[in-house]
Amino acid sequence: MRRPRRNSARSAQPTSTAPPHRRAHRRHAPYFAFWLHRASGVLLALFLPLHFWVLSSAVLGAESLDGYLVLTRHPAAKAAEFGLVFLLAMHLFGGLRIMALEFLTWRAAHKTVAAAVIAAAFAVACGFLLRAF
Amino acid sequence: MLGAGLFIAQRVTALILAPFVIAHLALIIIAVHGGLDAAEILARTRGNPWFAAFYQTFVTFAALHAAIGVRVICAEWSRGRLNAIHLDSITLTVLLLLFCMGSFAVFAVVV
Repeated sequence: MRRPRRNSARSAQPTSTAPPHRRAHRRHAPYFAFWLHRASGVLLALFLPLHFWVLSSAVLGAESLDGYLVLTRHPAAKAAEFGLVFLLAMHLFGGLRIMALEFLTWRAAHKTVAAAVIAAAFAVACGFLLRAF
Repeated sequence: MLGAGLFIAQRVTALILAPFVIAHLALIIIAVHGGLDAAEILARTRGNPWFAAFYQTFVTFAALHAAIGVRVICAEWSRGRLNAIHLDSITLTVLLLLFCMGSFAVFAVVV
């Protein structure tokens, strides 16, 4: 009897201790989109106090706020801002995807929608970067 | 972890926040052109009641949404080691921290 051909990447030793049937879903685009939604939420929650802290400096005058804003002219800061815009857009589109899954009856295009969510977030972040430079 | 009330609150705040986030992203992309300048930003925001109302509402719902989200993640990652009192304390702390800091930030750029 012929053995089925195995994909070398799939036959690699797993790093997780979870059994294969509980690990397979992690290779799917919807799981990746779900994970990105979670991670973006945590990172945004951590970033918000810093964002509010910087904006609060405006209470001392424009010069005080400018002291922080001058840092955003550095290319590394622009790269970080690109990341933040991506996270915010990712969390927005990812959240809309989750609510569509929960409240609408449609189920057919999970993977396409998950990929579209990541693409849309990346497009918004690229739009920001084009304007920033 | 999440009762029905908090589950619904998380979804309702998400739906309310969606148009605010879209508007905020649009504002960021418009404002960043030519570099960020405090005088230019404050000229647009100081004494503007619409801006104050928009961002105070945004801050309120974002604080609620983030607090419930942090509660869910803490409950999942702790694998049951945190009880309801711990989770309530975390939720309330995040809610108050973000609401107070956010409200003060809105005050600082509007007044």
